[in-house]
Amino acid sequence: MRVQLTIALSGLLALPAYSAEINLNLQIPQLNVAEYHRPYVAIWVEGPDQKAAANLAVWYQQKATNEGAGTKWLPDLRQWWRRSGRTLKVPVDGVTGPTRPVGKHALQFTDRHPELASLPAGDYTLVVEAAREVGGRELLKIPFKWRGASDGSAQGSSELGLVTLASKP
Amino acid sequence: MKQTLKFAALALALSLPLAAQAHKAWLQPSQTVLAGNNPWVTVDAAVSNDLFYFNHVPLKTDNLAITAPDGSQVAAQNSATGKYRTVFDVELKQTGTYKIGVLNDYVVGQWDEDGKPKRWRGTAAAFATEVPKGAKNLQVSQSISRVETFVTNGSPNDTALKPSGKGLELVPVTHPNDLFAGDEAKFRMQVDGKPAAGIDVEIVRGNTRYRNAQDEIKVKTDAKGEFTVTWPEAGMYWLEATSEDKKTTVPQAKQRRIGYVATLEVLPQ
Repeated sequence: MRVQLTIALSGLLALPAYSAEINLNLQIPQLNVAEYHRPYVAIWVEGPDQKAAANLAVWYQQKATNEGAGTKWLPDLRQWWRRSGRTLKVPVDGVTGPTRPVGKHALQFTDRHPELASLPAGDYTLVVEAAREVGGRELLKIPFKWRGASDGSAQGSSELGLVTLASKP
Repeated sequence: MKQTLKFAALALALSLPLAAQAHKAWLQPSQTVLAGNNPWVTVDAAVSNDLFYFNHVPLKTDNLAITAPDGSQVAAQNSATGKYRTVFDVELKQTGTYKIGVLNDYVVGQWDEDGKPKRWRGTAAAFATEVPKGAKNLQVSQSISRVETFVTNGSPNDTALKPSGKGLELVPVTHPNDLFAGDEAKFRMQVDGKPAAGIDVEIVRGNTRYRNAQDEIKVKTDAKGEFTVTWPEAGMYWLEATSEDKKTTVPQAKQRRIGYVATLEVLPQ
């Protein structure tokens, strides 16, 4: 009886009741520096060919200036810039946003995200790159399954803290 | 007199073969990968012993050409020449790749006049009128050399990178503003628009003052005129290739020296 119930339950859970999603916890560490600026952060999905498959988020200074808001410094996110940033016309709805303060940020990206909607299921790498004005730069990678269940994490050592990822089908 | 000396030193620097302790001519942009609204780069132009330090003479920029991403020419701004370097700015109004280059295309003549050696340098057109007919012990050679660098605003493109088909030129297979430490880059050398096989290329990373060896990378172009280089680390690199041939346009000149220099920025991974 009990066994049957479990089977019935797990059968229910396997149904596509939820849309595919990636849950991300990203820590921007407190840094003891004389001049602190919030980091620029890019979060994207890379295929096995290292090409950018989906841009999930790009945080940069949005304040209007005659230099083009903070877009002048976007190439400092070097790998993101190379992989996709330089061909992207920012701002992008649902992708670009303002910089965020020190602390833990819980982020959720579902298959309703403009860049994820058309991404085929499979193995990918999530890449988080952070670059800070008068500071450093750090890049972390976490392999994961899109439209599949996976867990992963990466520990930053300078511009990023702990980044954890959980994906669901 | 001083000016003449400088001029002579420059001519020497640009015409010396690779094997000699040549001075290095270069154009160094403040950065090569840019974005934003009309970003600017400032460029240092100098001839020096060390890379990239100003310790010899400024590079003459009379024949400076800046090719915009759409192939048009733009003017340098705020140009100034000091004791050791020439400086100018470039406003990158278009998105894409700019080529900044100095072309030195001249004839060098030497002959005896009143028992003293006389030197002359000028264009092939001026040669006919300025060098006396029947000059004694006349020795003539032609020289064509390029000093180039590349900067990209936003997404790179290839329009400005098209070779002119004159002299020794670099044709990038890997985009010159897409170079990363640990990656392999491929380039092709051309002479007068045709692939140049067997050309020696020397590549030296900047900051030579802070190390004890040049650590130069030496490569030779293959049958297709191509060579590859895997960048050992990030930095500004100086690339030089020189050669000689007999394709002169002045009948009196028996040989032609061809040279090419590029400054390339390699970014960290």
